[in-house]
Amino acid sequence: MAVEASKAESLISARGVSLSRNGRRLLDHVDLDVNSGEIVTLIGPNGAGKTTLVRVLLGLIPPDEGEIITAKGLKIGYLPQRFERDATIPLTVSRFLTLSSSASNGEIGEVLSEVGASSLADAQVANLSGGEFQRVALAKTLMGAPSLLVLDEPVQNVDYAGEAELYRLIGEIRRRRGCGILLVSHDLHIVLGESDRVICLNGHVCCSGVPESVAQHPEYMRLFGPSAAEAYAVYAHHHDHVHGLSGAVSEAEHDEAAG
Amino acid sequence: MFEGFVLKALLAGVGIAVVAAPLGCFIVWRRMAYFGATIAHSGLLGVAVGLALSIDLTIGVIAVALALSALLLGLQRQRLLPTDTLLGILAHVALAAGLIAASLLSEGRLDLMGYLFGDILAVTDRDLYWIFGGGAVILALTIWIWRPLLAVSMHEELAVAEGIPAGWISAAFMLLLALTVALAMKLVGILLIASLLIIPAATARPFARTPEQMAVISAVVAALGVVLGLGASLTADTPAGPSIVMALAVLFTLSLFQSFRVASS
Repeated sequence: MAVEASKAESLISARGVSLSRNGRRLLDHVDLDVNSGEIVTLIGPNGAGKTTLVRVLLGLIPPDEGEIITAKGLKIGYLPQRFERDATIPLTVSRFLTLSSSASNGEIGEVLSEVGASSLADAQVANLSGGEFQRVALAKTLMGAPSLLVLDEPVQNVDYAGEAELYRLIGEIRRRRGCGILLVSHDLHIVLGESDRVICLNGHVCCSGVPESVAQHPEYMRLFGPSAAEAYAVYAHHHDHVHGLSGAVSEAEHDEAAG
Repeated sequence: MFEGFVLKALLAGVGIAVVAAPLGCFIVWRRMAYFGATIAHSGLLGVAVGLALSIDLTIGVIAVALALSALLLGLQRQRLLPTDTLLGILAHVALAAGLIAASLLSEGRLDLMGYLFGDILAVTDRDLYWIFGGGAVILALTIWIWRPLLAVSMHEELAVAEGIPAGWISAAFMLLLALTVALAMKLVGILLIASLLIIPAATARPFARTPEQMAVISAVVAALGVVLGLGASLTADTPAGPSIVMALAVLFTLSLFQSFRVASS
C-alpha cells in the first residue's frame, strides 16, 4: 500500500479549511487529502461538519479560511446525502443516469452492470427499493468516468446486508477504476474495512490514520464510546476472513496513528 | 360554421397550449403551482402599468411578473414564513393592486372582464403574431434549457456541483413563465391561466415514463382541451375561457383512472 501511495496522484486537498455560520465554528482548520486509487472515509457524529466539508470540497460553499486544491481537470462523481426520489417526475433508470449529460446506451449498460443493476434500466426510479436506488445512484456517479467519487452516506435506507454489499461494491469500483473515493459515514464498523484511511471529524480533525489505529484512538473512543471500537474489532476479524485479499492490513501500519 | 374568429381562436388557443404545457410540467415537478397562479394574478397590474406608462402591455405584464419574482426571492431569505404564505400574500396583493390601478385608469381603456376571464373569440391578427412569434421563442428557449432545468428541478445541489448555473437556469424559467402568462392572458384570463399550465401536465403524468414524454403528452392534452372547450363554448353558448378549463378538467378526470391503475399495479 505504501508503494501505491507514492505513485498515487493527489486528486483533491483541503488545507486549513475553516468555516463559521451564525457564530458557530463548523469547520476548524481541516486538512484532508484524497489520492487516486484510495478510499478515504470521513466519520464523525451528527453535526460534526462532514457534509459541510463535502460542500466546501465540491466548491458549493467558499471556505472562510484555507483553500481547496484540485487536480487539473478533475472530474467528480457526487452522490449527495439526501437524494429524495419524487414520483412526480416520471423517470426511467436510464433517463435518470443521463439527467445532467447525454451518454451512449453502451455507457448506461456498462455502469448499470458494474453496480449489478442491469435489469433495472427501464424501471421507474420511484418504484425502486431503497437498496436498488442507492445502487442506481452509485451508477450515476460513474457516468463520464470521474477520477474522484464523493459519496455522502451512500447506504441510507438500506438494510444491514445491503450495506455490506454496497461497501463491497464501492471497494470493487475502486479496484476496477482506480479512482479515488471520499466516503462519508456516521456508522463505522462496516465502512472501515474497505478504507485505506479514516479521518475522524468533529469540527476539527480529531484523529486520522489506518482503520485499526483510528478505532483504538482515544479521541475516537471518546466520540463514539468504547463499544464502537469493540464492534469494529469484531467486524475487522470477520472481514479479513471473508475478503482476505483486500482487507488484510499489515502490522506495521497499526502504529501509524496520527493525532 | 368555421368563421374567421373561430379559426383565429383555435390557432391562438392551440398555440398557447402547446407552449404552456412543457412549462406546466416543471411547475408540477417543482411544486410551484401557487407560484404560477401568483405570476398570473399580477397580470392585471402589469396591464395597468403598461397603460399608465403608454408602453406595450405585454412588456408591462412581463416587467411586473419579473419584479414580483425578484420580490419573492428576496422575501424567501427570511425563515419565519413559508413560501406558500408569501405567495398567498403576493398573489392577492398583486390582484388587488391591479384592480385598483384598473379602476383609476379612465373608463373604456381597460376591459376588466376580458383580462380577468379572457376573450379568446376576440383574438386579432396582431395577437396571433404575438402568440406565434413569442410562442416560438418560448418553446425554443424551453428546449434549450430543458436538460439543466430538469437537473436543477431534480436535485439543485447536485446540479450545481456538476457545474450547472442553477441560479441563472431558475431565473430563465421564471422569465419564460412570465412571457407565457403575458401571452396567455388574453385567451383564458388571469384568473384561469394557471389551470392551462397545471391541468395538462397533471393529466399527462400517469401516461408518461420519461419527462420528455410527459411534456409531449401534456401539449397534446392542452391542445385537445382548447379544441373541445371552444367547441362546447360555441355549441352551448358558454364563456370560452371557462369552457376550456372545464374541458381540461374532464380530460384530467379521465386520466385519474390511469393514475389509480398505475398506483395499484
